[in-house]
Amino acid sequence: MTEFFATNLGIALIIIAQSLALIAFVMISLLFLVYGDRKIWAAVQMRRGPNVVGAWGLLQSVADAMKYVFKEIVIPAGADKTVFMLAPMMSFVLAILAWAVIPFNDTWVLANLNVAILYVFAISSLEVYGVIMGGWASNSKYPFLGSLRSAAQMISYEVSIGLIIIGVILSTGSLNFGDIVRAQDGDWGIFNWYLWPHLPMVVLFFVSALAETNRPPFDLPEAESELVAGYQVEYSSTPFLLFMAGEYIAIFLMCALITLLFFGGWLSPIPGLPDGALWMVAKMGFFFFLFAMVKAIVPRYRYDQLMRLGWKVFLPFSLAWVTFVAFAAQFGWFWGGYARWAVGG
Amino acid sequence: MTLAVFTFYVFSTIVILAGLLTVLSRNPVHSVLWLILAFFTSAGLFVLLGAEFVAMLLVIVYVGAVAVLFLFVVMMLDVDFAELKAEMARFMPVAMLIGVVLLMELGLVFGVWNFADQAGDLRQAVTPSLSEAHNTQALGEIVYTQYIYLFQAAGLILLVAMIGAIVLTLRHRPNIKRQNIVAQINRDPAQAMELKNVKPGQGL
Repeated sequence: MTEFFATNLGIALIIIAQSLALIAFVMISLLFLVYGDRKIWAAVQMRRGPNVVGAWGLLQSVADAMKYVFKEIVIPAGADKTVFMLAPMMSFVLAILAWAVIPFNDTWVLANLNVAILYVFAISSLEVYGVIMGGWASNSKYPFLGSLRSAAQMISYEVSIGLIIIGVILSTGSLNFGDIVRAQDGDWGIFNWYLWPHLPMVVLFFVSALAETNRPPFDLPEAESELVAGYQVEYSSTPFLLFMAGEYIAIFLMCALITLLFFGGWLSPIPGLPDGALWMVAKMGFFFFLFAMVKAIVPRYRYDQLMRLGWKVFLPFSLAWVTFVAFAAQFGWFWGGYARWAVGG
Repeated sequence: MTLAVFTFYVFSTIVILAGLLTVLSRNPVHSVLWLILAFFTSAGLFVLLGAEFVAMLLVIVYVGAVAVLFLFVVMMLDVDFAELKAEMARFMPVAMLIGVVLLMELGLVFGVWNFADQAGDLRQAVTPSLSEAHNTQALGEIVYTQYIYLFQAAGLILLVAMIGAIVLTLRHRPNIKRQNIVAQINRDPAQAMELKNVKPGQGL
């Protein structure tokens, strides 16, 4: 049996099985994330939220998914059919693709690339195409306006996310997620994480992640009071489901990124407790909770304010921070807190 | 045929097809989408070469930023592309010339012909072998350490180009009301309004 798994066919089978396991994990957590999102949102507004399908409404997302799949796909007469159908598929597939390099434990990673973080950045910069293509192919005003907004917004916030990531890379001296997490390992548990040396960037990254994934308070591409539903106006049934699923998967990916970059990934916060994938999943869940709370609590931004925040506040601040980290790492300021390449890389 | 060779042929076929369709498709937005496919697949070719850092940069810079701007412009502009296409025959000789020059340059790069005797050695000297350093590290070494002055000069040229573009398009319009966020935040009720005690029947 072991010989079989050393042959090309065996290796291919193992890779396919691993990919399926990862996709299954992402899809199942997606079902409960949507449910959790709605429950948290409802709790803040003193409503009950979904509570009919299954115990405590747990199967609501399954029922919704079935409903979407069995509905009729309506393609507008003036739409560009190929691009119209391609757009939701693209946003879904790209959202899943980025998970290939996310490690859940020390060796639990599908593709251990040495440019993993650039890969995630590249894939998430492609996600804007699903939105632009969908908005353009609908051949309708509101979707088009929504997609233009989304494109400008995602590009603006990608710049600051990129600079924040560069700060972490400078500290670690590696582009590999495994190395980044291992550089945060130490005797002091939570106090060894990048959370403390890069504290301002954690806040900036969280806000930029909200903007990058079009979550409230930055959900201007689909601002229902101005644009009906933005780029999704003309979409129904399965294509709409794909758009929504892609969006939630991208949000969950952002939770994973914050965890890996600043909160020590699978490392245990308390020295002495064993590290493991459970910590990783728990931290991701916690950040998703924060995303849901932000949606419930914060009112929507105005578009020009959003652009001002991105270009005039986040960009200069993160650029200055990169310079600071470069000096701190080179000269070993703060007891070498910024130069961890000896530990991890 | 090994897997790598097979993948190479798949990728290169897609690149060539996408390039052709970029030129041939009638709809300009489709052209840009084909161009994006061409960029993305060439990133795949870079990965096959073992240059994963360059591949990722190609995707981030060209596909993630430059092509989005292309798409933006093409979607917004109301250009009659059929008319532009008709003029293509006029510029065909120039296009052919550029194509031939590019082809010859490619031939020079891959051919054995060297300008100077030491050119081959110099080319070998700057690249450390893959076993010694990741190509991210190797590229950083070359760009930021060995050729730092040239790199900075290139950056300065880009900066000048950027300033030029801004100067050309910047218009200062008088009499516009701008939002001053700092002033807005620092305002309080005491500064912003005044309470008047109006006597009944008298008015102000």
